[in-house]
Amino acid sequence: MIRFEEVSVTYEGAAEPTVRGVDFEVPEGELVLLVGPSGVGKSTVLGAVSGLVPHFTGGTLRGRVTVAGRDTRTHRPRELADVVGTVGQDPLAHFVTDTVEDELAYGMESLGLAPEVMRRRVEETLDLLGLADLRDRPIATLSGGQQQRVAIGSVLTPHPQVLVLDEPTSALDPAAAEEVLAVLQRLVHDLGTTVLLAEHRLERVVQYADRVVLLPSPGAAPLHGDPAELMSVSPVYPPVVDLGRLAGWSPLPLTVRDARRRAADLRERLAARVAAGSRADAAAGSRADAAEGSRAAVAGGSRAAAAAGSRAAGAARVGAAAPRQRGQATPPPAETSTAPALRRLFRRRPTPTPELSRQHIAEIRSLAVRRDRITALRHIDLTVAPGETVALMGRNGAGKSTLLGSLVGLVEPTAGTVHVGGAVPHRTPPRDLVRRVGLVPQEPRDLLYADTVAAECTAADRDADAAPGTCRALVSELLPDITDDTHPRDLSEGQRLALALAVVLAARPPLLLLDEPTRGLDYAAKARLVTVLRALAAEGHAIVLATHDVELAAEIAHRVVLLADGEVIADGPTAEIVVSSPSYAPQVTKILAPQPWLTVTEVRDALASPPTTAQARKAHAREAQA
Amino acid sequence: MGSAVPRQRGQAEPGPGPQQRRAHLHPGAWWLWSLGLGTAATRTTNPLLLALLIAAAGYVVATHRSAAPWARSYTAFARLAAAVLLIRLAFTVVLGSPIPGTHVLLTLPEVPLPHWAQGIRLGGEVTAEALLFSGYNGLQLAALLICVGAANALASPARLLKSLPGALYEVGVAVVVALTFAPHLIADVQRLRAARRLRGRPDRGIRGLLQVGLPVLEGALERSVALAAAMDARGYGRTAAVPARVRRTTTALTLGGLLGVCAGTYGLLTAEGGTYGLPVLGAGVVAALAGLRLGGRRTPRTRYRPEPWGVHAWLVAGSGAAVAALLALASVRDPQALHPGVVPLVAPTLPLWPAAAVLLATLPAFIVPKEPS
Repeated sequence: MIRFEEVSVTYEGAAEPTVRGVDFEVPEGELVLLVGPSGVGKSTVLGAVSGLVPHFTGGTLRGRVTVAGRDTRTHRPRELADVVGTVGQDPLAHFVTDTVEDELAYGMESLGLAPEVMRRRVEETLDLLGLADLRDRPIATLSGGQQQRVAIGSVLTPHPQVLVLDEPTSALDPAAAEEVLAVLQRLVHDLGTTVLLAEHRLERVVQYADRVVLLPSPGAAPLHGDPAELMSVSPVYPPVVDLGRLAGWSPLPLTVRDARRRAADLRERLAARVAAGSRADAAAGSRADAAEGSRAAVAGGSRAAAAAGSRAAGAARVGAAAPRQRGQATPPPAETSTAPALRRLFRRRPTPTPELSRQHIAEIRSLAVRRDRITALRHIDLTVAPGETVALMGRNGAGKSTLLGSLVGLVEPTAGTVHVGGAVPHRTPPRDLVRRVGLVPQEPRDLLYADTVAAECTAADRDADAAPGTCRALVSELLPDITDDTHPRDLSEGQRLALALAVVLAARPPLLLLDEPTRGLDYAAKARLVTVLRALAAEGHAIVLATHDVELAAEIAHRVVLLADGEVIADGPTAEIVVSSPSYAPQVTKILAPQPWLTVTEVRDALASPPTTAQARKAHAREAQA
Repeated sequence: MGSAVPRQRGQAEPGPGPQQRRAHLHPGAWWLWSLGLGTAATRTTNPLLLALLIAAAGYVVATHRSAAPWARSYTAFARLAAAVLLIRLAFTVVLGSPIPGTHVLLTLPEVPLPHWAQGIRLGGEVTAEALLFSGYNGLQLAALLICVGAANALASPARLLKSLPGALYEVGVAVVVALTFAPHLIADVQRLRAARRLRGRPDRGIRGLLQVGLPVLEGALERSVALAAAMDARGYGRTAAVPARVRRTTTALTLGGLLGVCAGTYGLLTAEGGTYGLPVLGAGVVAALAGLRLGGRRTPRTRYRPEPWGVHAWLVAGSGAAVAALLALASVRDPQALHPGVVPLVAPTLPLWPAAAVLLATLPAFIVPKEPS
């Protein structure tokens, strides 16, 4: 159906081809996943299918691309419109009309379908994508996920034989992503549609792929083949594959279900390690010796215990009550009867003590926001303490961005109060506010005005009254290989995010807000972001991030706040909230349930720790006697 | 067109019935209405009538605009109108006015200009007559702008597209994309100014506006290119294979028709062309229309749920036309009342029946079912 023959694409002004040696075929009715790190030319390959590359982007395409027998050299995109449906990365750039219903009909109108056919297909598509309630809504007022669904619907209605999708689920919440993928699945299975899609969030899509085309690095020839085989060599892989590689499973499982069936052995090993670790921790706590405690904790591989141990100024119960630092992300060993102390340690943190609440960096009391006759938020109570990382999760349009906006004064509360660092955000002059709270918006580009990185940094230092060079130092830390004269627009998605983050951090705000920070980031960029955010949290920055990325939340968040319809429906430690929810549980949790592990890193750390030492065992015995 | 049944709001409840229609009024009706109001505004400089007209348009917008983003452009147009009025007044104050006046309000220091700049005055006396005169004219312009803003707020220009004949569709899209450029630009400016707050810069004031200028333009340009790509990928501009004969006939008919229209109009306007003017114009129009219709064959486009032109649409368009016609009549019958003099200085009076005519413009506020919010 789609055939690439020795294709290479060189954009104007580029010395090297962006992609080369692309030679593969997508048979009819297959779902093919295009994977690779950022900047390897995935979008270029996708664009070549619809003919937008090179007809619209310019540049030179060597070789031949044929879609349903039509050569893209001789067929312009409009002449392929009846066989190829394309959805780009930014759904907003895709819309021609103003309202949902008209948008769904637009493609069919261009193709000249009969009015009755159009009517029927619009209704079908509205139902298929769950858009029936939104049919008359102006597209600009929809949430990101709704827009994505409309964009997909708008190319579905002409019933193309080939669907090309660039990151269709990146902007969606887990449930909406499932829906979209279910739709794709149905199209592939029932209608024989051929789907070619690129996606960074492999954990969501890789199990649906019939085949994978892997672009390993810029300019390298793509590999193609069986998903499981390619995943074992791919530089980008979902957590389930990471875990599979760690455990040495072969062939690699791609679904949670397959992984679970193989995981019995791993679960046992982990249980044993945790039991050992917990004894060591308990010993540390009972001895109330900070140095000793942290050594034992390191031996046990538990960062939480390290934190507890190092603070333990002579109290065994410190471990139980200590506000955890990053330890929250450490697994509680649930089903081991030998670890009562540790279980106490990991028990849900009691509601914040009065002493703590005085130190809150942000405090929201019964906040309500109404905008354009729509209630965006109601009765929100939320507090954020220094050093705490809070993940705001929930459906698209649940009010996450509005909540962040009200913390930074972009949104004026209709009722209730918001205090950030003792100030009311929307009444505080921006110059003062940046030193209390900083927001990296969903589109980091909005923050960047200058035409070079250096100018951007100078401006940021001036805005923040920071010492000259502050921002540039941060940029160098986040993006080591960026030169001063790079234009912010030429940066990749992840680099732009890092630059915006550096600009915001130049003012050293104690409260840092991030809106959808991992949209469009590959796993490597995400890992870098996680490292940076962890370091910031350890320095005492409070971080609130709105995200759909459960893996990210599992990785860094201490607390998860779930929003639905503008209300907080759950607020608690990450482990508790995500484990109890099937759609918000990360893959590792699902695989290793009932043991509450959250990330592969934790599993890796636990497995790397040495087995129980005799000393720790003795210590445990002593504690038991006491 | 007449087959469409006017629908009440309650009928717009989601229901699968094939004839259920959104409670939209035909966008053409709103545009005709506002064009009528605009025409009426050009017929008078009476500030009371113009104020009444602006109020009438504003009232209808207030009751009938939707929550859609383009509806917000009304505020922008209103601001623009105010700016136009103020600039007009400022020019009069600074540059003076040819209106002779005796009521000197204040005297600005006059800047002596070299002899080659004769006829231009900077500073000097500011008279009440001159101010009033430019105020009247400014208000007229402002009323026009507000009428356009009202049309924008009530019906997105993109919806008008659906009513264009197939042959003109592509031109129409180009125009509409250009028209929506401005609202998108405004939305971008608002977003980026808000983002300035995040950088610790004031989000208000002129400087803030200027500094986001470049990114806004860059963004707008990028979006235009992306939109063009998306439209192309979705089949915009596809043509059907048409026999060469038909194509040539289309061209001949369209060009010939347009020539005929030109010649006919010329004939009508010149003294000696009275005899052939009308028939040539008529033939030209017919030929051009036939050309357009035939040209539509080249575009395979079909139309999804075209907006019905129902009773409400007739009434709305009619009310606009009535206001225009009545004020045009009044300006002939009673030019004094519609163009109050400024020399000598008199207070404008509100002529009764033209005022009643202007009030007709509020008719849509009462008869058109509101869009469900």
